[in-house]
Amino acid sequence: MSLEQFKNRAVGTQTYKMVDYEPTPDTGMGRFARVVRRTFRGELFVGLYVTMREMINALFRGEMHTTKYPFEKLPISPRYRAIHDMLRLLESGHYRCIGCGLCEKICIANCIKMDTRYDENQRKEVSEYTINFGRCIYCGYCAEVCPELAIVHGQRYETASEQRASFSIFEDMLTPIDALKQQQEFEGFGSVTPNADNNIKKTPLAY
Amino acid sequence: MEIAVLPEVTSAGVIIKGIIILAIISAVAGFGTYLERKVLAFMQRRLGPMHVGPYGLLQIAADGIKLFTKEDIIPQNANKLIFRVAPIITAATAFIALAAVPVFPDFTIPEWIPLLGGVFVPSMAADINIGVLFILGMMAAGLYGPLLAGMAQANKWGIIGSARTAVQFLSYEVVTGLSILAPIMLVGSLSLVDFNNYQDGGFTSWMMWQQPVAFVLFLIAGFAETNRTPFDLLEHEAEIVSGYATEYSGMRWGMFFIGEYANMITVSVIAAVMFMGGYNDLGFLAGWFIVILKIAFIFFLMLWVRASWPHIRPDQLMWLCWKVLMPIAVINIVITGFVMMV
Repeated sequence: MSLEQFKNRAVGTQTYKMVDYEPTPDTGMGRFARVVRRTFRGELFVGLYVTMREMINALFRGEMHTTKYPFEKLPISPRYRAIHDMLRLLESGHYRCIGCGLCEKICIANCIKMDTRYDENQRKEVSEYTINFGRCIYCGYCAEVCPELAIVHGQRYETASEQRASFSIFEDMLTPIDALKQQQEFEGFGSVTPNADNNIKKTPLAY
Repeated sequence: MEIAVLPEVTSAGVIIKGIIILAIISAVAGFGTYLERKVLAFMQRRLGPMHVGPYGLLQIAADGIKLFTKEDIIPQNANKLIFRVAPIITAATAFIALAAVPVFPDFTIPEWIPLLGGVFVPSMAADINIGVLFILGMMAAGLYGPLLAGMAQANKWGIIGSARTAVQFLSYEVVTGLSILAPIMLVGSLSLVDFNNYQDGGFTSWMMWQQPVAFVLFLIAGFAETNRTPFDLLEHEAEIVSGYATEYSGMRWGMFFIGEYANMITVSVIAAVMFMGGYNDLGFLAGWFIVILKIAFIFFLMLWVRASWPHIRPDQLMWLCWKVLMPIAVINIVITGFVMMV
């Protein structure tokens, strides 16, 4: 890779296709000839062919574009940032949140509010946890900062509501304990990327 | 020409025929809106109306209920009488034009039906010997619908729409008339029945092979007269909101569109009967079936063109009419005349 290709500032012009404008005729006969030429060029029939081809493709070759939305849904990327989910540990069923408060701290819309206390095992326990989805801008910082992959972005994107403020509490977002088996390994926003192993480099200590 | 002996046409038969025309054509016109939405959708790889009834077939009923129950708004400064009458002119002239068009084959009501048994129902309501002239005249009179509607509604978009109506319809009347003059000279009659009989020699005797220029000119002018793309400048949404129909709502608005679709059917019928062999049998296919196929094809062609081609500007429309189509039509007539004389 040389520096040469980075110094070329006219990126893209190499593949431009120049439209072949013929010069505008200035004589009456020239204009007449242009009208005749355009009339018999048959471009209108090309237009008819294109729409008919699309119709045949749509009807008989299964290339219809419509998704009947409320009945069918398109798959969305696992990294899509929709309403939050609270995940559980698959082994014990305990929620993953350790009450560190980083999500509340980093939230730039100030929509996360949490309270914690020590439980009988001197372990941090979440006593209050709300997200105001009226304020949330779905930036994904909370999922990214979470050290335990406890708060993540789920797939539920249909969030129209009648009120501006719309609070969600911890238990609403937590995976139900009887649905624990259905909880998938999360590969969306905040989790490590699938090629994370390839990106690991030796630390300077190894030199 | 030898005249086949037919039963006498009574006034009862004509009235029945009129009711049949009104019922069938307004139903077909309503169904035409469904077909148009479906065909346009398929050509853009969409589904079109799907939810009301199987494959959206009852969408017509839903639209009808909507149109009938909508509030009928009449603007404050409108000329109220003319505003009310204008849509009726459009719908009425469209249906009156169909009186001289053969819509359904001749038949006699069977004797066992009480009251009406034995009544002969003719194929057209008014079998007048100037059929073509009458149809063109009625379609030309349909110009008053959009024209008066646009001028009565005290809306500037409406004024522009009605001005365009006058310009477009009057200009293209000339092309329609001149383009079918050459076939009329060949046939020597203005009756659609004579046109049909002239082309009874199978596929090769169709008028469109003898008069291809006239056929193309008639199709172009027919598109302009029925206000179809690429000539739908009267209510071109992107430019003049809705043109003459801007202030209309409810069933008055619906009548404009019933009239428009009835006109589309009329033009399709004329093209099928005058240029494409009419209702003569073609091989093993019965005449009534083949004529329905032809009419359906021309109707489909209108939708197909709408999906494919862009609008043209009003000045291009006038240029096309007066500088291109009209001279070609005149030349076509002159050449036809010379060929007939020689």
